[in-house]
Amino acid sequence: MSVLRPLDKLPSLNTATILLVGTEDALLQQLADSMLKEDCASELKVHLAKSLPLPSSVNRPRIDLIVFVVNLHSKYSLQNTEESLHHVDASFFLGKVCFLATGAGRESHCSIHRHTVVRLAHSYQSPLLYCDLEKQGRGSCQAQLKRCCLQEPQLPIPR
Amino acid sequence: MDETVAEFIKRTILKITMNELITILKAWDFLSESQLQTINFRQRKESVVQHLVRLCEEKHASLNDAALLDIIYTQFHQHQKVWDVFQMSKGPGEDVDLFDIKQFKNSFKKILQRALKNSAQETKENAVWFESAWGNSNSQTCILTQTSRTPSSAPPARARTLWGQALTVASKHHQIVKMDLRSRYLDSLKAIVFKQYQTFETHNSTTPLQERNLGLDINMDSRIIHENIVEKERVQQITQETFGDYPQPQLEFAQYKLETKFKSDLNRSILAEREEPLRCLIKFSSPHLLEALKSLAPAGIADAPLSPLLTCIPNKRMNYFKIRDK
Repeated sequence: MSVLRPLDKLPSLNTATILLVGTEDALLQQLADSMLKEDCASELKVHLAKSLPLPSSVNRPRIDLIVFVVNLHSKYSLQNTEESLHHVDASFFLGKVCFLATGAGRESHCSIHRHTVVRLAHSYQSPLLYCDLEKQGRGSCQAQLKRCCLQEPQLPIPR
Repeated sequence: MDETVAEFIKRTILKITMNELITILKAWDFLSESQLQTINFRQRKESVVQHLVRLCEEKHASLNDAALLDIIYTQFHQHQKVWDVFQMSKGPGEDVDLFDIKQFKNSFKKILQRALKNSAQETKENAVWFESAWGNSNSQTCILTQTSRTPSSAPPARARTLWGQALTVASKHHQIVKMDLRSRYLDSLKAIVFKQYQTFETHNSTTPLQERNLGLDINMDSRIIHENIVEKERVQQITQETFGDYPQPQLEFAQYKLETKFKSDLNRSILAEREEPLRCLIKFSSPHLLEALKSLAPAGIADAPLSPLLTCIPNKRMNYFKIRDK
């Protein structure tokens, strides 16, 4: 059983790696695209995964930030996130995990109460962001993510 | 030409929109080219209608011709009605005769005319369209295609038994049974009923299948890495095996009537203690239901493989299900 650990690899030079975990591939793709469009001090790589654990056969760089994407319209999405959380080492939650809830704008389609996700984020001591790719400009969403990732580094990223 | 026929033609033409009018009149083939050319279609609609009715009078349009016009209108507007499907079958031990369409028409007409005053029919492609008792709420259109399956628009119960009997007797079948399949799209119904959906062509081509292969596209950006490629390929393969490569026939809904006992993971839930089955109706609706179901797993909204209750719809030729405990 592979569990993600934050410090089991050396950091890559001037690179930050973000892992997006969520069931809806199209959504993850959109987020990744908009994140990469922004200017960034260091090089940014984005990994997309449907769920954890990740396949162990791949050689991948150290992951600096995990974003769990929950679609409030889909109970399946929440269930997937809750199961994936078991595969993350506890030390990741010291600032390297973030929750992103989408679809809050369309109340009538929400089958998960916002409070559920708030409680989830609270119990894992991690920030919760809201994002609605249809309504908001994508800029605001990934700007928040950037702040999360780059302003709270556990090790200084050499320039 | 008597009053009722004139009135009937007038009402039918009034239903037709101006841009369809010429096409429908040409398909009707009752008024000649030269007669049609005398009409100024840019006038107000009432004047055009009056002119047309006058021309029909000159040509002594009969009730049959008027009914034919109505059938053609229905053919153009098939999507406005919801069609039921009936299946006729021979009794055990009877052979399947060669179907003599002329004999069928005559005998069918006679049987109907004994009971209902008005009926008319027309043959188009491989199907025979019938219409009866128009103009009031009892009107019904029925299409007989190939052998033994008949889509027909929903008639009231009394008329239905009459139709059913007439059809069965005229075509020398033993019985007629209503199938649990309904839709607005005749082509899709035909494709499902005759199992021809592997080569099914839709009129409006939806987005090509390749665009729905989310995540399997070669990514333009090499900074985005997909971790679950193997899983995605598995989902893609299962979807392909279940639904095939071809565009799906078009249905608008699937309805499941549950009469099963409530099962719960939680112990001692109030509902689980009920002895009687829980009655529940689940309806899935969509502009294009089968394509939507096909895209559920690739989009990550559901696990693959999907429940067989959803995937068996074209196979079992049903979209109304009753589910009981075994």
